Amino acid sequence: MDLALSEEQEMLKKMARDFLTEKFPKTVVKQIEESELGYSPQIWKEMAELGWMGLVFPEKYGGTDMSFLDLAVLLEEMGQACLPGPYLSTVILGGLPILDIGSDEQKQEYLPRIANGELIFTLALNETSARYDAAIEVKATADNNTYILNGTKLFVPDAHIADYILCVARTSDGAKAEDGITIFIVDAKSPGISCTVLKTIANDKLCEVVFDQVRVPKENILGELDRGWGEVQKVIERAAVAKCCEMVGCIQRALDMTIDYAKERRQFDRPIGSFQVIQHYCADMATDVDGTRLSTYQAAWMLSQGLPCSQEVAIAKAWAGDACQRVMALAHQIHGAIGVTIDHDLQYYTRRAKAAEVTFGDANFYREIVAQGMGL
Amino acid sequence: MDFEFSEEQRKFRQEVGDFLEEELRQGAFEPSCDAWIMGHSPEFTRKVAQRGWIGLTWPKEYGGQGRSYIDRLILAEEMLRYGAPAACHWFADRQIGGSIIAFGTEEQKRELLPKILKGEAYVGLGMSEPEAGSDLASLQTRAIEDGDDYIIDGQKVWTSGGSHMNWIYLLARTDPEAPKHRGISEFIVDVSLPGITVRPIVDITGGVHFNEVFFDSVRVPKKYLIGERNRGWPQVLNQLDYERSGMERLMGNYPLFGALIQYTKETKRNGKPLSEEPVIRSKLAQLKIELEIGRLHMYRVAQVMDEGRAPNWESAMSKAYGTAFEQRLASTAIEILGLYGQLSPESKWVPLQGMASHSYLSSKGYSLQAGTSEILKNILALRKLGLPSQ
Repeated sequence: MDLALSEEQEMLKKMARDFLTEKFPKTVVKQIEESELGYSPQIWKEMAELGWMGLVFPEKYGGTDMSFLDLAVLLEEMGQACLPGPYLSTVILGGLPILDIGSDEQKQEYLPRIANGELIFTLALNETSARYDAAIEVKATADNNTYILNGTKLFVPDAHIADYILCVARTSDGAKAEDGITIFIVDAKSPGISCTVLKTIANDKLCEVVFDQVRVPKENILGELDRGWGEVQKVIERAAVAKCCEMVGCIQRALDMTIDYAKERRQFDRPIGSFQVIQHYCADMATDVDGTRLSTYQAAWMLSQGLPCSQEVAIAKAWAGDACQRVMALAHQIHGAIGVTIDHDLQYYTRRAKAAEVTFGDANFYREIVAQGMGL
Repeated sequence: MDFEFSEEQRKFRQEVGDFLEEELRQGAFEPSCDAWIMGHSPEFTRKVAQRGWIGLTWPKEYGGQGRSYIDRLILAEEMLRYGAPAACHWFADRQIGGSIIAFGTEEQKRELLPKILKGEAYVGLGMSEPEAGSDLASLQTRAIEDGDDYIIDGQKVWTSGGSHMNWIYLLARTDPEAPKHRGISEFIVDVSLPGITVRPIVDITGGVHFNEVFFDSVRVPKKYLIGERNRGWPQVLNQLDYERSGMERLMGNYPLFGALIQYTKETKRNGKPLSEEPVIRSKLAQLKIELEIGRLHMYRVAQVMDEGRAPNWESAMSKAYGTAFEQRLASTAIEILGLYGQLSPESKWVPLQGMASHSYLSSKGYSLQAGTSEILKNILALRKLGLPSQ
């Protein structure tokens, strides 16, 4: 057992911290949030040059063959910087499923171009039911050598700028909802796709994507026909852990900001951080942050090792969802009124933490998985 | 990073589990909550000692096994999971032996460590006094030099293990003129010495595990002063880090959790097992999540100790977290059991041998022993987070 990062991971963390701090002051984050694109193509290119998009891809696909745990370190830093943009969408939701189950041609076609920053990917999974179960209703109907997609996807991150959308669609009605689901690699420019950006609490770019008679060539099926749900579950699990990593960065930064503030802010002729009630709030925050960090890295390590870890993922995400809310509530309480102004940095974290809570499964969703794991 | 146990550690866990299963099979003990602090079984402790499981982490030169704190944590986890009666040796193994190794003389090591290792030294902890609780350094028990002895006068209270102890670890003031943190020394005292009176205190469960201990001109030979005279304060702070460090701060009432889960699977309401009710599933799953988070905190503490550091803020964090969890577990158990949850252990109709109501009451003390959660959060705020003291 060893709960510490390796020397290389510490270096990666430092490099990421330096880069992101320089590139993403909150003035830039604000501009990007307000822009239509929701990311900076220029910095995106620089991130690709640093090798971040292809971090976990094999070298033959333009990657650097690092581990998911290394990626976790990077994601934590992205969370602490409030990095806006399609990194998680492209790498976790797009690239990794292709690496998992793509054909050689598909890997050759897409992965090097993801790695070099050329392609943006996303995953269209949720629908109006807004759940992470297999109740998929968007239909894909076979028609000669193509499939025709129809239906509405919701909460699709970054679809408005995506070059390709992995669309989870129903290709047949099996005995169980999990049967008959297929993943398609869809060119986002295909006729019949319309995309509307939703306005969200985190000011990220979640979209409604409507598929109206969208034709997709048969060879764009990712993995096996009718048997895509297994991979979708894997993607959800991995994305949940990736989100947890961002959440760790988010609440760690909120804690650090709060401690700095409590040391500087004076009332009653002393720093407010010298009052025990404030100290105990901070101690509670730190305990939540560390619990989130420990469980998140446990899950990331297990994914990295290829070990089955549905329970560990469920524990991490359920805990993170709740813990983030407690941490942000106290961060605000200690910051006082300045923390609820739009010009203060804290709100970037508050908004992201709330969105993260419900993304890729909320605490109730994962508590049920834990309950099943307990044999209840 | 590596979150897995080694092959050897897995085998060790299995070995401990097999031993405990066999003891259970032979009826050597009944699983119970708080058995690490209330379950006094000299026979059980002797068996544990024979296996070399006391002093597991001590250096081999002192008769220990020189194994890691993670190994010890595995041992503790299994003992707690089974609710095994380990109270006779728990304190001595956890903190007194280590303290003697760190600060004691060769003579003390030769005399006392073998007694602990054989499971024959039941050491009580004489720290708190009526006027010295969280403000421990204001303790007033005096130790005055007189020839080859110290003469000790005063009173301790909440002395854990007091009813069964044959030794007491004692903090006493050796320099009444010095500032309060600078005049304290540590002693280890044979409880059979004349002038020591132990009076049990009945706690809200009706049980007795802590006591008042009175010292009336007790002559303690100087050789039982541990470490430096008047330097007892930093020594006890170090010891407290270890006292707070263990799995018993998370799994002290674990037998209740196991029994509760089983109960919900076996008990039907409206023809359906309780465990199928969404609210109950959610509550139990939440407890499981909190338990697993706590285990990770505890593993971190063990890792800090394996790095050779005293687990200071880390054990403050894990203990405050863990004891709050134990309290929620007991409270939730009563909620789930409903009207049955209020029944006392000896009552007709009581479910789970009354573990729920017992644990609910006994867990109130968890967040007080070995540093209240408030003191622990002070430690966290000042030492980890660097907040100003004024």
